[in-house]
Amino acid sequence: MKPWLIASFIVLAMPGTALAQQQNNNHAPEIAHQGWTFSPPFGSYDNAQLQRGFEVYRGICANCHSMRLLSYRNLGEPGGPEFSPKKVETFASQVQVTDGPNEKGEMFQRPARPSDPLRSPFANEQQARAANQGALPPDLSVIAKAREGGPDYIYALLTGYSDPPQGFELAPGMHYNKAFPGHQIAMPPPLSDGAIKYADGTKPTLDNYARDVSAYLMWAAEPKLEERHKTGAQVMIFLLVFLVIMYLAKRTVWARLHHRDATNAA
Amino acid sequence: MAHPSSYQPGSRFESWLDARLPVVRVMYDQFMVFPTPRNLNYWWTFGGILTFMLGVQIATGIVLAMHYVPTSDGAFNSVEHIMRDVNWGWLLRYTHAVGASMFFLAAYIHTFRGLYYGSYKAPREVLWILGVLILMLMIATAFMGYSLVWGQMSFWAVTVITNLFSSLDAVIPGLGTKLVEWIWGGFAVGGPTLNRLYSLHYLFPFLIAGVVVLHIWALHIPGNNNPTGIDVKTTRDVVPFHPYYTIKDGFALVAFIVLFAAMVFYAPNLLGHPDNYIPANPLQTPPHIVPEWYFLPFYAILRAIPNKLLGVIALMSSITILFFVPWLDTSKVRSTRYRPIYKWFFWAFVVTCIVLGYLGAQPPEGWYLVFGRIFTVYYFAFFLLVMPAVGLIERPRALPGSITESVLGPEAAGQTVASRSVPNPPAPARKREEVL
Repeated sequence: MKPWLIASFIVLAMPGTALAQQQNNNHAPEIAHQGWTFSPPFGSYDNAQLQRGFEVYRGICANCHSMRLLSYRNLGEPGGPEFSPKKVETFASQVQVTDGPNEKGEMFQRPARPSDPLRSPFANEQQARAANQGALPPDLSVIAKAREGGPDYIYALLTGYSDPPQGFELAPGMHYNKAFPGHQIAMPPPLSDGAIKYADGTKPTLDNYARDVSAYLMWAAEPKLEERHKTGAQVMIFLLVFLVIMYLAKRTVWARLHHRDATNAA
Repeated sequence: MAHPSSYQPGSRFESWLDARLPVVRVMYDQFMVFPTPRNLNYWWTFGGILTFMLGVQIATGIVLAMHYVPTSDGAFNSVEHIMRDVNWGWLLRYTHAVGASMFFLAAYIHTFRGLYYGSYKAPREVLWILGVLILMLMIATAFMGYSLVWGQMSFWAVTVITNLFSSLDAVIPGLGTKLVEWIWGGFAVGGPTLNRLYSLHYLFPFLIAGVVVLHIWALHIPGNNNPTGIDVKTTRDVVPFHPYYTIKDGFALVAFIVLFAAMVFYAPNLLGHPDNYIPANPLQTPPHIVPEWYFLPFYAILRAIPNKLLGVIALMSSITILFFVPWLDTSKVRSTRYRPIYKWFFWAFVVTCIVLGYLGAQPPEGWYLVFGRIFTVYYFAFFLLVMPAVGLIERPRALPGSITESVLGPEAAGQTVASRSVPNPPAPARKREEVL
């Protein structure tokens, strides 16, 4: 046996068992893996799913959660929900935003344009907390990258509400959730079967809402994922061919030295 | 430098320039004909890889700096602006972020290679010291770069690490606090801190580049060490750097880039912490503050010591102790290949560093802390006890007569056999090498 193997074995054997035991003691909630269309290395977003996910966000989540890093124009860009330009105009124009000052020095209200950021439900953190019994609904722009498990976690959270188990002390105003660390979450169960309508005939179930909005939030956090996967494939093909060429070139060059050695020995 | 120049100016312009600034001569002598031991293995390719990584980090960093806003309100948003609205911004940022990890991966392999083959021993002590200096500058640069994202982990890492200086209060009351406030530019980590970290993060890579030039200079005086650790004796032991090592380093570099690209395109956030996608919030401490993976062993050492000042001293010593390695090692031979006792301690040290890395990511409690302390003791014992003691008591295995002999065997190496002080390793010794 190689010395490094034996050394690792001796050094790791004892602490390994003790540490494994300790890790079992402070386990975090299990987050199940879901199948996503955008998984690496070749995955891409399902436009129809992102469109449905946006409808879930717009109809439900947007009542409390902002997405301040996104603009309406993003909804029509390639590699996303890819709503038609007209649809994007419509989404924007349904919202009033404050602009100004005008030439009289006054602020005024106007319908939003595609270049405007998504309107936030609350003007500031204090207002958001006041409307939610002191809890702050986090901004959702990059939430899918800001939580361990990403879209799997969001799906698990949205479908993880249940009655607390026997003997679980729930603080007033809190809700039991299997996926949330500590299992007490301030957000009431946001989704329920049939809460909003789906235009494309997909079943309006809690499970579909959760899946679609998770995919939508992943896109919002990683809008260049499709471009990344596509470029990645091209780069990898180039590099692997390059690697083979470099290997052959290396062998050819070093063959000269081996040839010289053979001549010397003869 | 170490070998006579064989450069012949090829044109009148080259002759003219050569008489005024012999830059072409230096490049030709040092990067074309430079005599390099013929037996360097792939562990020796990481020097070239590191030079490439420094270039990548500087190139991507300069463009990122054109779009980044170093203010406490603008930093996080400007990073997201780069990810969303700057052309190829996502590629630049992920290359830079993953690049930092790949840079450290290569640097650690390079360092362990130097340790294993005794590349720090005379006459390469200055080369080694400059390398440790580069490692320290890299650590500082990476730490400051991570803070610029201004997410939760960035902010709290800066808070924890800058607060280490307050441990000096235990030496002179008030000194540590004053120093920390001076570093912060205020009474807490904030905008002024971010702005100066940004300024220094831009400066340090160029300091690294300067020390890299010295490092390569110091390499080209004695020339490369090699897996046998014995000196070059005849011209048969060496090959010109070009094309033999340009092509071998090139091949290894492309293989390294394959791994790098796979990380950038398919798992760019794998080594990052999700909390750093939450904007910095001075009022909310994350449940576990952990540094990037490449600092975890040092973090474990810091937390293994119950006293804050002593912990900081241990943290600093864990890196500065590397400066003294050339004088701590008492072995008569360079390469661990011929050191039957030391090699066990060496591999135990490698495993120790990896285990400390694991422990650095765990909460400092229970068994994690107990083992953190045991492995910290071994980390220092390796340098302070093993290196001096084993070199004195160990009887090294017989060295080959020459580099050529180690590659081709004693018969093919011909006349060099006569110069051996020890007879050829008998058959059982060869067999033992395979067993180990």
